[in-house]
Amino acid sequence: MTALMTARGLELRFGAISALDDVALEIHPGEVVAIVGESGSGKTTLLRVLAGMMPPEAGQVLYRGEDVHAMGEAARRRLMRSDWGFVHQNPRDGLRLRVSAGGNVGERLMAAGARHYGNIRTEAAEWLQRVEIDPARMDDMPEKFSGGMQQRLQIARTLVTRPKLVFMDEPTGGLDVSVQARLLDLIRALVAELGLAVLIVTHDIAAARLLAHRMLVMRHGQVVEQGLTDRVLDDPQHPYTQLLVSSVLAA
Amino acid sequence: MIEQGYNFGYLDENTKRMIRRALLKAVALPGYQVPFGSREMPLPYGWGTGGIQLTASVIGPDDTLKVIDQGADDTTNAVSIRRFFHRVTGVATTERTAEATIIQTRHRVPEATLGEHQILVYQVPMPEPLFRLEPRVAETRRMHALADYGLMHVKLYEDIARHGAVTTSYNYPVMVNQRYLMSPSPIPAFDNPKLDRMPALQLFGAGREKRLYAVPPYTPVRSLDFEDHPFVPVRADAACVICGSRASYLDELIVDDGGTRHFVCSDTDYCASRPPLQEDAA
Repeated sequence: MTALMTARGLELRFGAISALDDVALEIHPGEVVAIVGESGSGKTTLLRVLAGMMPPEAGQVLYRGEDVHAMGEAARRRLMRSDWGFVHQNPRDGLRLRVSAGGNVGERLMAAGARHYGNIRTEAAEWLQRVEIDPARMDDMPEKFSGGMQQRLQIARTLVTRPKLVFMDEPTGGLDVSVQARLLDLIRALVAELGLAVLIVTHDIAAARLLAHRMLVMRHGQVVEQGLTDRVLDDPQHPYTQLLVSSVLAA
Repeated sequence: MIEQGYNFGYLDENTKRMIRRALLKAVALPGYQVPFGSREMPLPYGWGTGGIQLTASVIGPDDTLKVIDQGADDTTNAVSIRRFFHRVTGVATTERTAEATIIQTRHRVPEATLGEHQILVYQVPMPEPLFRLEPRVAETRRMHALADYGLMHVKLYEDIARHGAVTTSYNYPVMVNQRYLMSPSPIPAFDNPKLDRMPALQLFGAGREKRLYAVPPYTPVRSLDFEDHPFVPVRADAACVICGSRASYLDELIVDDGGTRHFVCSDTDYCASRPPLQEDAA
């Protein structure tokens, strides 16, 4: 099976701090990969470099054999609108708060060329239902939604064009635990149903265990350990991973 | 009588050359906003400084100039600009659309069909169609470069979702030659269909924003819409009280304290050229 995305030898420094130090990874179609690590370990930077939002100082990111950072901005934007999706940690970064929920979901469809109002609306309503938002609230502004609803709306907006690869940056950050649990359940169901490849950045080990097939542990910009999720969590090899796993609180 | 001490058309020859060069680029890229070195003009921004500079750059001694403001030949702005050009060029001026070779306009397209020998110069206050949706100028330029116009449709979508119809009745965004999103200057949406494949050259000048753009003759210009909510040009459902026209664009006048409303043609030349008060069937 050929990889959907391959990254090799990624390097990036912010002054004296090394954010990425010779990072390599592969994502295969339909696979959920989690990147875990403490704050400042380079997780989000890695995500932004892979999504083409930030160029690395060295190394390559290939999407289906094409160099993401060598292609033009037009081609990269086209990927962002069609093949890729990005779910921000803060839903306010990924949503247009002054545009109705339906308009938010419809934006990607319209950017992709949909020009039939009725169809856009039907599809938006369908997606709102899938992420458990009452379609009756379709014309409400997202700023009136709760944090969990906003996050679900952002997911609907990202998935409506059926991307192949979705980047998620701490999608459950800032939500209370019961809302988190429902959101994780929802993400898991959608990922399985649509056969998405997902790269999820999280510091929540439990969320990673629930969602991810494979896991990378990052520290000081380096991938210190990687492998199948249960292998990494149940039999951590690197001292840092051992520390990370033993730090998880059990309720 | 030509005013002494001014170059033909007020602007100096180098400025005219600079603007003509920008105009050539604008004609070559229909709908693309070309930056140009807009000059201080002897009237305030918002009164047509962009349009005047374009007219001054394309006008020649054989031209006949017509200036309209909201369709009317006899408003202060139209009269002043017409007199200005008469004084600095000595060219003939007219109020008849058919006789003019250059028509400078603010917020209207004449009712009469224009021909290949004519140039229509628009005064544009804000050339950027996306400016209410995306506040960053750099970002709007990137969106134009990448033809990334989904956002404009989001605006139309929101209008329909909220009001049942697109509520933009003037300055209605258009796609020029299937490539650039363009603001047609604040003409009523009623006039948008006239832009499409017009035989006359259309030039747009925004003096304050220092941008100009153009639509060459016979260029396709499409008003944005949805397949199931097609673009509808809006017109008051009434007849002109002077000429009885039911086809022209109308201005609404409140004529007394009781709120009595009258509608008259906004295009004064069109209205005057018709026999008075014959209600037509159309």
